Amino acid sequence: MGAQIHGTLEFNAEKRKDIRFSEEALKEIEKIKSRYPQGKQKSALIPVLHIAQAENDGWLSPEVMDYVASLLNIQPIEVFEVASFYTMFNLKPVGKCVIEVCRTSSCWLLGAEDIIKYIEKKLGIKEGQTTPDGMFTLKTVECLGSCGTAPVMQVGASYHENLTFEKVDKILDKYRAEGRRRNYTDLDYENTK
Amino acid sequence: MGRKLLLAHENVPGIDRLDVYRAHGGYASVEKALKSMKPEDVVEEVKKSGLRGRGGAGFPTGLKWSFLAKPEGVPRYLVCNADESEPGTFKDRYLMEKIPHSLIEGMIVSSYALGSNTSYIYIRGEYFYVSRILEKAIQEAYEAGWLGKNILGTDYSLDLYVQVGAGAYICGEETALIESLEGKRGNPRIKPPFPAVAGLWGCPTVVNNVETIAAVAPIINMGGEEYAKIGIGKSTGTKLISASGHINKPGVYEIELGLPVEEFIYSDQYCGGIRNGKKLKAVVAGGSSVPILPADLILKTAKGEPRLMTYESLFDGGFQSGTMLGSGGFIVMDEDTSIVKNLWNFTRFYHHESCGQCSPCREGTGWMEKILHKFLEGTANLSDIDLLWDIQSKIEGKTICPLGDAAAWPVASAIRHFKQEFEEIAKSKKFKDVSHYERLHKPAMA
Amino acid sequence: MKVTIDGIEIDVPKGTTILQAARMIGKKVAPPAMCYYSKLKTTGGYCRTCIVKVTKASAQNPNPIPKPVASCRTEVADGMEVQNFTSQEVIEARKGVVEFLLINHPLDCPICDQAGECKLQDLGYEHGSAKTRYEFKRREYEMIDIGDKIKLHMNRCILCYRCVKLCDQLTDKRVHGVIHRGDAAEISTYIKNVIDNDFSGNVIDVCPVGALTDRTFRFKQRVWFTKPVDAKRNCDKCSGKVRLWLKGEEVLRVTARMDEWGEVEDFICNACRFEKKRKSDWTIEGPSKIDRHSVISQNHYEHLNELKVKAMKQQKALGFMPFDKRP
Repeated sequence: MGAQIHGTLEFNAEKRKDIRFSEEALKEIEKIKSRYPQGKQKSALIPVLHIAQAENDGWLSPEVMDYVASLLNIQPIEVFEVASFYTMFNLKPVGKCVIEVCRTSSCWLLGAEDIIKYIEKKLGIKEGQTTPDGMFTLKTVECLGSCGTAPVMQVGASYHENLTFEKVDKILDKYRAEGRRRNYTDLDYENTK
Repeated sequence: MGRKLLLAHENVPGIDRLDVYRAHGGYASVEKALKSMKPEDVVEEVKKSGLRGRGGAGFPTGLKWSFLAKPEGVPRYLVCNADESEPGTFKDRYLMEKIPHSLIEGMIVSSYALGSNTSYIYIRGEYFYVSRILEKAIQEAYEAGWLGKNILGTDYSLDLYVQVGAGAYICGEETALIESLEGKRGNPRIKPPFPAVAGLWGCPTVVNNVETIAAVAPIINMGGEEYAKIGIGKSTGTKLISASGHINKPGVYEIELGLPVEEFIYSDQYCGGIRNGKKLKAVVAGGSSVPILPADLILKTAKGEPRLMTYESLFDGGFQSGTMLGSGGFIVMDEDTSIVKNLWNFTRFYHHESCGQCSPCREGTGWMEKILHKFLEGTANLSDIDLLWDIQSKIEGKTICPLGDAAAWPVASAIRHFKQEFEEIAKSKKFKDVSHYERLHKPAMA
Repeated sequence: MKVTIDGIEIDVPKGTTILQAARMIGKKVAPPAMCYYSKLKTTGGYCRTCIVKVTKASAQNPNPIPKPVASCRTEVADGMEVQNFTSQEVIEARKGVVEFLLINHPLDCPICDQAGECKLQDLGYEHGSAKTRYEFKRREYEMIDIGDKIKLHMNRCILCYRCVKLCDQLTDKRVHGVIHRGDAAEISTYIKNVIDNDFSGNVIDVCPVGALTDRTFRFKQRVWFTKPVDAKRNCDKCSGKVRLWLKGEEVLRVTARMDEWGEVEDFICNACRFEKKRKSDWTIEGPSKIDRHSVISQNHYEHLNELKVKAMKQQKALGFMPFDKRP
């Protein structure tokens, strides 16, 4: 599950004032809202939260959720309820690249556990943590639907399949060299088989 | 054996593009249906085909369609369930990624049959890149006039949208999917009312799996009766099987229903046998939710007949000695696999994915996971086996949605068929993990 | 429509649920309900305590329904036959549900303000097992003040969703809800929000356990030492029909009046609940009718020993261990 936050959130009214999505994002949000019948704009919430997360360094702050609520004309709690239900939404800050290693069923049978341990050792962090330079966050996730090419991990929109330690090295080194943020919404995904 | 209806052109370069797809007979069913058939004729053909839901439940698709309420002045919706999340299942991703237009074609014909003018494909968030592939294909289809207003000059109009989820197995359950599509938590609804009466935004709705919808195109092209000739008995047509685990050739295979399980596992045309010359220990034949069967019972029924890849044959023997075709997520385990550890992994999954609405699933899945973890720590007692059995029996059939059953069946079947493994750990107070990768499933990683 | 429950036939209108039909017959056949609330729409179906066995689906379809159904969300069909307390299967299944509800419950009844009027205590006492088989750490949360009037004690919550539905249906702006999922799901407000609304206090009355309690009554008195009377005042927001919980001349607490199923008769406003704490604010109508089985009526100062024995039995039924004897 995403970051566990018990009870209530700290809200910063000053930060909230500064929140504004890019023109491109706002245009995309309007396009998404037009897919539903009149009065059913709440349906856009999950796609909009994906955009919001990409606009906000990969996580959903209370201020961003409040902003999203205003965009869709719903109560902030409705956003919080949804954001905390789905594992792809991060409620705490994350690194530029969130590494999500599948830990279920066939990936597990074929060494996901060892891949996780290897990445932990390589990056010097535990599952759920972020490297001190803010480059990587390591998460474990449930079945990614890539069991025939297990073990597998996802970074942003990209799937990396048939993982070995060497492949992990290569992939992570490449991400580090590029140094840019990876989002689910990226159009330039680079799957490796 | 070996006819392919969905993946016939899987290896044609550029088949994800409209022109190539069209050159290989794509969108013929749309022409046929919209120009020469009434919507009810399409429903009739699907009924005749005997097509059953490919998402897991195996409910007859034509029958499901015929339940759709048609009140005056109320829109109806078709929603494609592309939330493929059942562990061991990856066929829908493969189909959408390779041949996206096959789903769009099926969506147009099915939407026409059901009278839906706005349809949605709800795809799991992890498949974000697949949603891009679909969106590109939809764009192509709009530009070529296969979608939008007055398709092929007829009265029929259809808008098709892709909606992404955000990481929740439960959204594969159709009412949870609808909730999620409405922008809510993926909490399954209490039924009745069923979606056919009150689904998306309270309107009559049909939710069908990707493969089910894609199969509608060949059914219309060849005719329902022809389609029904493939397969055995009530298991008609072809089925995509996602094969994974300890086999030589994991991947997605389109099989004619009726293929012997033994042939599927050992033939070079399919799984190509067990890796590294190991022996087969167990199979989960239809995605993580279905009962696990030991080698002897997956190859032959309790009566000694060869087990076939059909809904009926796999279920032969019921829960005592059978399993289910489910979503076709075929997970193979070799002799070194620890059933107990694998079960813990599955149970952890269901615990993690429980929505938390109803108490048996919310509380029971976590409890089972904790007890199973005691086995991995070597601290479990013999009485824990009975306790596990009792807990699963108190979850099964007592929950709002089938996730409770899905969490209970793996536990029940593992204890039923592999009890000695649990007992050995409980008696010796030692758990030896026999499935470490050091055992060279993947030598490159050593 | 004729429906038979535990061998007793009753004629009910179309659209009646099995649970409502059972309540029409009476307590001897009515299933317990922890999440269903007849005064709130779309409640029910979650806790599974009200499950029953349908042995005959209808006159047309004499087959049984294979799985037990939630009686609160299943409508009767003509000729339906239902087993509740006469089915061993139902009794066993319900015992399972009670155990599930209790495995993460803190069993802190001795210091819980709800003790004595807690539906989970009653449920455990009437339908549960004598001991728990759960040996792991229970879920723990910190307590939260939702404003200065309501306390949220999430450890005790059984996620019945009543308070959420109440705020959806009774107040104009819902600020609290259920966040996270599975057994990590919890009731929460968004950003330390106060549930600030004229009718928000009703969440206290609909909460079946001690998860939402009245801060103005907190630790003032055990409920069974207070004397409930029905009282009234002219209120422009609500009916003004309430129940006062008195100790001598002091009004310790104001709640809505409850019916025989423990449900609120009329929802009351926050002014009546939290601000009118003088006896002179009210016209007393007379002593409240309290269920004979309730600990509140069992004892009004007179039978203290009986009460102690009953409370001990109850604690034993819940698997409660005194703090000093806990491992």
